[in-house]
Amino acid sequence: MFDGRGLRFIGRAVAALLVAGFVLSGAGASAASPKGKKLAAADDFGYPQVRLINERIRLAWKDYGIKPSKPATDGEWCRRVHLDILGRIPSQKELVAYVGSTESDKRAKLVADLLFSEKYTEEYARNMTTIWTNVLIGRSGGTERNSLTSRPGLQKYLRDSFAREKPYDRMVEELISATGSNTPGAPNFNGAVNFLTMKLEDNGAQATAKTAQVFMGLQVQCTQCHNHPFNEWKQRKFWEMNAFFRQTAALRSFNPGTRDITGVQLIDQDFAGEGGNPEEAEVYYELRNGLLKVAYPVFVDGSSISRSGFLEDANRRGELAKMVAGSEFTQKAIVNRTWAHFMGYGFTKPIDDMGPHNPATHPVLVEELGKELRKHSYNLKELMRWIVLSEAYSLSSRTTSGNTADDPLLGETPKFSHFYLRQMRAEELYESLLVATQAQNASGSYEQQEDTKREWLRQFVIAFGNDEGIEATTFNGTIPQALMMFNGSLVKRAVSTDKGGFLWNIAHGDLSNTKKINFLFESALARTPTKNEVGIANKLLVARKGDATAALQDLWWAVLNSNEFIINH
Amino acid sequence: MKNPTGMSRRHFMKHMAGASAMTIPALTLGQTIRANAQTLKKNNKSAIMLWMSGGPSTMDIWDLKPGAVTGGPFSPISTSGDVQICEHLPMTAKQMHNMAIIRSMSTREADHTRGRYYMHTGYVPNPNVEHPSYGAVVSHELIDQRQGSLEIPPFVAVGGGSVGPGFLGMAWAPFAVNSNGRVRNLDMKIDDKRLMQRMATLRLIEDGFIKQNRGQAAKDHAEILNKTLNLMTSDQMQAFKVEQEPEPVRERYGATNFGRGCLMARRLVEAGVPFVEVDLGGWDMHTGIHSTLADTKLPELDRAMSALYEDLEQRGLLQDTAIMWMGEFSRTPNINGNAGRDHWARAWSVTVGGAGMNGGIAIGATNDDGTRVDTQPYSSQDVMASVCKSLGISLDTTFTSLSGRPMKIANGGKVIKELFA
Repeated sequence: MFDGRGLRFIGRAVAALLVAGFVLSGAGASAASPKGKKLAAADDFGYPQVRLINERIRLAWKDYGIKPSKPATDGEWCRRVHLDILGRIPSQKELVAYVGSTESDKRAKLVADLLFSEKYTEEYARNMTTIWTNVLIGRSGGTERNSLTSRPGLQKYLRDSFAREKPYDRMVEELISATGSNTPGAPNFNGAVNFLTMKLEDNGAQATAKTAQVFMGLQVQCTQCHNHPFNEWKQRKFWEMNAFFRQTAALRSFNPGTRDITGVQLIDQDFAGEGGNPEEAEVYYELRNGLLKVAYPVFVDGSSISRSGFLEDANRRGELAKMVAGSEFTQKAIVNRTWAHFMGYGFTKPIDDMGPHNPATHPVLVEELGKELRKHSYNLKELMRWIVLSEAYSLSSRTTSGNTADDPLLGETPKFSHFYLRQMRAEELYESLLVATQAQNASGSYEQQEDTKREWLRQFVIAFGNDEGIEATTFNGTIPQALMMFNGSLVKRAVSTDKGGFLWNIAHGDLSNTKKINFLFESALARTPTKNEVGIANKLLVARKGDATAALQDLWWAVLNSNEFIINH
Repeated sequence: MKNPTGMSRRHFMKHMAGASAMTIPALTLGQTIRANAQTLKKNNKSAIMLWMSGGPSTMDIWDLKPGAVTGGPFSPISTSGDVQICEHLPMTAKQMHNMAIIRSMSTREADHTRGRYYMHTGYVPNPNVEHPSYGAVVSHELIDQRQGSLEIPPFVAVGGGSVGPGFLGMAWAPFAVNSNGRVRNLDMKIDDKRLMQRMATLRLIEDGFIKQNRGQAAKDHAEILNKTLNLMTSDQMQAFKVEQEPEPVRERYGATNFGRGCLMARRLVEAGVPFVEVDLGGWDMHTGIHSTLADTKLPELDRAMSALYEDLEQRGLLQDTAIMWMGEFSRTPNINGNAGRDHWARAWSVTVGGAGMNGGIAIGATNDDGTRVDTQPYSSQDVMASVCKSLGISLDTTFTSLSGRPMKIANGGKVIKELFA
């Protein structure tokens, strides 16, 4: 995977060496400036894109008179980069290897490793698949009775795409234009169809709205019925976009003699137009005053295609897919989405509403990163590398008097002068618990493991009972989540003291008591315990009358239930 | 609510926390504390929101237009109040003397997410502030009436997620449960002493992290831990168990999720919970609206809603309990090509009742085809202000958002006079 990157990599290594020592050793690194003095230049690891980010972010600090936090510790940085790229915390072994390394370019190396080494391909693909499944069909998509969506089908497609490093623009094009069967194993299977299979009702209103929102960061659902007062999108635009989806149909197949759906085929077919003239296949929509208007396929930038509804003249959805994939909106939207994933907040809030009524906090940065991504063939891993190597991503989550005001919770726009706390997603918690208890290689195929996880995740989903599939999660830091962490089966398994299990092995291993405690803290919190924490651990040992396994169980339970564990910091 | 040592349970728990990490408390949660009996305070005010997720067509339910092109097939029937409602709500008709229909709602949010937010908070969505929802506001204002006796969450959402606490903080977040009343993961199955030792260890780690100035999320987490422990050790959790109700009562509410949810709401109000929201989804009827309404949705609503009013009235609780019925918006007077109705916020109805508000009346009116409000229009804020007034919450109450901005309760809405005249 490094073939062809060799030369550039050497260049970077040299650049990294030049700044070695103060950049990579955690405390005292680049951004920590002596009081009152100018900030030293932030390391860019030889990437002009990292430099661009650093410069633009610092510009806003200067404008707002904000001073950045100190850099995060090695352990904190290592933990967050694992969580954000792989969707899980580092194992104790990975942590110790990174923190203990004295290599000057260890940060860039770890990022390259997590993103590009084959060892991590599956985990990276799984994490991105989880995230994108939720974006494309929601947390409950495919779990409805007689659903037209195959969640495993979409996941198979996504996993394959991310594992093969498919360029993002191609993925967008495929998701919008896909035809074929939605279910794995069916002839003509194409998992990508699952983005749209359930969005075609009401003449494809959802397909129209979600395509614009997810890929282009444009919220158009309100303009379906009227010109929105706060949104420059007009009703006409919605229906012009909608016209692209009118050749598309989802054909269900049933279990013979029942109404149970066994699979769905997404197909394109000739569209006669609502006026009945396929040469000029039109779509009607109604203004609020009752006036009926006509729309033909026209893209947001005004490009139009043939009005014919015959597939041989124009495959409308295919044309749309190409235009969306190549659109500037799309390149900005993916930058914003990726940035928000790593930094906790995007350049707009919400991240998928980037219309002119909702300006970005760092407009030049979104614009420029979008162009860079396009230049790099829409390789998302490159974009991720630039972001995680940036100064902003490397900062501590501990605020100082110089940046307490930089808190989006206070209604301020994010300035990224410290790392913003966020709770792990339910999927991240699940995977992290497996890694922390060395259970990640448990028995069962990939699909079986995913099924088990899916079953567990279902308890947190709340659907809102409308046609747009809007939903929420109770895995949001409230009591049901705390109860699950206190007493649920997953944590119960993690703190089990069964013979031969994780805790039992530690308790019965050769490590000294101190080292055993260290091991637990490193496994879950990426740090060693404080004096007080060691003290209370010893008290637990007394309380458990010398039963080390039981005492470690109590300690482990407390560690896993702590804010420090569940929060990405 | 005192245990023999003169310490309330809440203080006891605090004491446990303060006993800190370095000396692991050897205390146990004795039976005396667990056995704290319920004492229902008769003058406790409460509110129940019946949330109709998806946007119900109110001109087919509360404000019929028989004969109009837009009117649809349903006929109006007379009720125990001075109003007529849909023929498919015969049981509710007998409760209308307890309920007022506000027929002149006029709002601007016709998108699910925005409408949901607006109707729950009284504010339109704003990217820079998260406003607290009804349940957070009401429970925040009424909790002092409970004098520390409530051990379960003050804001419960049954069968839906409601809307969050915004800047009031996670402590006022809705506690979301299913209508079957089973709360998962309640029991750790270890003795109290060991549980307390685990908690002491946990608090030590939590405190260390909080002291490092990493922000609100770390503090919120610690607060939720305390609430969770309270709830795990509380007898008030019995309130969730609707299956303890006699069979005829359960049947009166209906063997549906919404029916069980309404019954649970009554039990929770009796246990002292200030705000309960019960969710009935599936109103987003873009196709085939009238058959769905007549065959499933309205019968389910009718049974449960009428039972709730009747039951609360019989138990003498209705005078202290406000009940609201609303969705995020309503549906177009125009019936579309798929025999459905689309989103419509300009002219629609909500109902309120109980807590001393006037019943049996319709307030305001729409025009002949239901497309427009002909009288003084009312907003989400106005309904919220009226409900707050009925609960004895001062409308001068002002919150401070996290950024220090003062925010008037109910967004400065005006009380709807007819409800109190």
